Amino acid sequence: MTNFIAGALGIRSYVFIAVIAAIIFVVGFLNLAVPETSSFYMSSYVVSLFGKYLCYAMLALAIDLVWGFCGVLSLGHGAFFALGGYAMGMYLMRQIGTRGVYGHPELPDFMVFLNWKELPWYWYGFDMFWFAALMAVLVPGLLAFAFGWFAFRSRVTGVYLSIITQAMTFALLLAFFRNDMGFGGNNGLTDFKDILGFDVQSDTTRVGLFAASGIALVAAYLLAQAIVTSKLGKILIGVRDAEARTRFLGYRVEHYKLFVWTLSAMIAGVAGALYVPQVGIINPSEFAPANSIEAVIWVAVGGRGTLVGAALGAVLVNGAKTVFTGVLPEVWLFALGALFIAVTLFLPKGILGLANQIMNKRRERQATGASAQPQEAD
Amino acid sequence: MNTTFKSHASLLLFLFSLFLFVPAAPAHADELTDQINKLAEGGFNDRQKMIEALAATGDSRVVPALEALGDGMLYQQKLGGKVFIVERAGSDFKLIDPVTLEDAGKMPKSALEKIKVNNRLRRTVRDALGGLQLNSKNAADRLAAAGAVFQSRDPEAIPLLDAAIAKETKADVKKVMLEARAAAVLSSDLDENAKLEAIKVIEERSGRDSRSLLLNFANTAEGKLKTAADESAGIIERSLAAWAGVQNVWYGLSLGSVLLLAAIGLAITFGVMGVINMAHGEMVMLGAYTTFVVQDVIRTSYPQLFEVSLLISIPLAFLVAGAVGVAIERGIIRWLYGRPLETLLATWGISLALQQTVRSIFGPTNQEVGTPDFMSGAFEIGQMTITYNRLYILVFALVVLAALMLVMKRTPYGLQMRAVTQNRSMAGAMGIRTDWVDALTFGLGSGIAGIAGVALSQIDNVSPNLGQSYIIDSFMVVVFGGVGNLWGTLVGAMTLGVANKFLEPYAGAVLGKIVVLVFIILFIQKKPRGMFALKGRAVEA
Repeated sequence: MTNFIAGALGIRSYVFIAVIAAIIFVVGFLNLAVPETSSFYMSSYVVSLFGKYLCYAMLALAIDLVWGFCGVLSLGHGAFFALGGYAMGMYLMRQIGTRGVYGHPELPDFMVFLNWKELPWYWYGFDMFWFAALMAVLVPGLLAFAFGWFAFRSRVTGVYLSIITQAMTFALLLAFFRNDMGFGGNNGLTDFKDILGFDVQSDTTRVGLFAASGIALVAAYLLAQAIVTSKLGKILIGVRDAEARTRFLGYRVEHYKLFVWTLSAMIAGVAGALYVPQVGIINPSEFAPANSIEAVIWVAVGGRGTLVGAALGAVLVNGAKTVFTGVLPEVWLFALGALFIAVTLFLPKGILGLANQIMNKRRERQATGASAQPQEAD
Repeated sequence: MNTTFKSHASLLLFLFSLFLFVPAAPAHADELTDQINKLAEGGFNDRQKMIEALAATGDSRVVPALEALGDGMLYQQKLGGKVFIVERAGSDFKLIDPVTLEDAGKMPKSALEKIKVNNRLRRTVRDALGGLQLNSKNAADRLAAAGAVFQSRDPEAIPLLDAAIAKETKADVKKVMLEARAAAVLSSDLDENAKLEAIKVIEERSGRDSRSLLLNFANTAEGKLKTAADESAGIIERSLAAWAGVQNVWYGLSLGSVLLLAAIGLAITFGVMGVINMAHGEMVMLGAYTTFVVQDVIRTSYPQLFEVSLLISIPLAFLVAGAVGVAIERGIIRWLYGRPLETLLATWGISLALQQTVRSIFGPTNQEVGTPDFMSGAFEIGQMTITYNRLYILVFALVVLAALMLVMKRTPYGLQMRAVTQNRSMAGAMGIRTDWVDALTFGLGSGIAGIAGVALSQIDNVSPNLGQSYIIDSFMVVVFGGVGNLWGTLVGAMTLGVANKFLEPYAGAVLGKIVVLVFIILFIQKKPRGMFALKGRAVEA
């Protein structure tokens, strides 16, 4: 492990971890310790907003892991994110207990409303946090495993895979809209009260969730970084750049793909589980194919295959979205559309890629007489 | 009656002063009015005789009064004894003269008394009306009357029907009358042979109500009649099931034609060129909005052209969407050839921008696109109904597909297009301007999507989100059918449409769609390049 930290973590990783840690402390301090009257005070709304960005950053990280390093463009990662969110939402629903509108000790309000008599079997166990947390990882993981097992084994690649991942999330969208699925239909799950005994509305809980999101993001980053810098990561890049050649070299390409695909879905599930208590609702619109595609553009903006860039892109794009939709709501879709086009046409390596290029050029100029072309760091 | 009228004259004057205006019945209708007024007298038995007497007049002017009586809307003035048809008007009743149907002022409810009817009387009224209607001069009335007898199955209507059948000249009305007679015969006490004949008539009529009629009859009948009725009900049942199947196929083909229309353009841009055009749905939307604009101009400036508005829209939609397509290809997509995933993202961005453009110009709400007369309405084949707009869309989709195939297979441009798709550099070496072929091909695909928009504006909401709802389905159709194969697109669209409609009765609309999606996902695993995949080296390029 020390070897890994010393060898694999570049300066960029340390900066990333330091920035996240700093943000957690600053946000926590500004929200909890600074008095509300101060102009430095940060409202809980902003804390949750930042927490949301961190969850999106984690989703982007998950997408970058499969797209940036394995060449699998998923247009359905929003589905894994939403599934993780639903698992957490179910736990939070069970925590409401008798405080719901109908005051039923076991059934969530919408089930009482639909005249259901008892809890469906797949809701069992969600009153325990550990179970819900496990499910938030396992359910997306299992779905991804099953999906990937079929898809990679039969060598569905490229845009075909993208399109069927889109079909997958679309099918889930339709399914979760159905009332008799038992997930609250189009209203989804909301009106949460407690998480682990803490009030989800209180400032300390919000800062706690925010910090948890930051820590989870760093953990996911370290995990992803460990994978991509290992030998496994080299093979993944080989699959990305020349799948057939890697196969002919004797590697079971589909196993590598399946592993990283499933892992990525699990990370997305954790991101979703952290997202739900902070925004206070989960509904089927999270499955909308447009959401998943938007998540892909976060990665593209930040820089595909850079991990840090993906997180950065998610925060930047969503920050811009918050600003735009508040100030000029009709311009946002134009801006987003233009972003899609501009990034693919002019910034194929994203912001970090551009920064790398500039740095490399400078290094090239400094190292006069160096014959070798500088390698682009991925 | 007149005496009563006179003895209350002074009171009537008083009422006149109260209600300002209650006109006296016109003199020429006196006799009929008297008869109708008598409906209010005596008990139920007297009333029944009066109804029969009224029916015997054969005068169609008694129909409104009898209908009102059956509906409990025939009232008698407490003072004066005159009978009126009433309509509720707030707390008062609006009075209508039962013979002339003229407005006769208003009166509070308390000044009127309802002419009571019981079930027996209601039936008498219905029969009387049936008989009157059966002899009506209007064929539609006769048809409706015969239909009513079929429902009531009143044996007493048989003589009436016999008389009507003898007079009837129109074949279709006569047929319905014969069927009605058969239904009446089954509930009469006529002999077995007459009933067996009636069963045959009803069996030929077919339909759900014929079946339940026969089953009801079979429950009470015995022996030969029972077996005959059961047998006939079985035959009807089988024909009903067959028709339900046919109906499902039709619905499926109709849905398939919509999918086909949405997917044909994509079969060119994605299937032939390999461009993942996520803005394809927006091309469809542009076509639909072109139709809206054309109709808007026609409504305000040339209303006489409304019937041909769609015909005008088709070339315009092709040009608008095609031009946008060429612009997209020249401006963006040509820089991204060979990078399909980037193309996907860039075209998604285009789709967002196009949606927002349309939303800014036309607003986010649904726009009203009218249907020309030749496309509205429906006709019936056997037990199923076919609406004209669905039929036209199916035909239109096939025509568009055929036209596109002609262009691809029989024109120099199509030849160049196929050459560029198969081997770009070789085609370029032969002197084909590959970049122009690319632009025109993309324009063609987009233009066809625009044409699809014209058709879809007839059955879907024209809103900025119109395209979004088709994009996933279109890709499914193209991928399922086989990329680069127009026949595959046709078969794929129709298969998915029919499969969807056959699943719906069992699984419901949403679950049916989910099942189809899952099926396609699994199908792609088995045959990653669709049902009719291109073979050869070109595929790998």
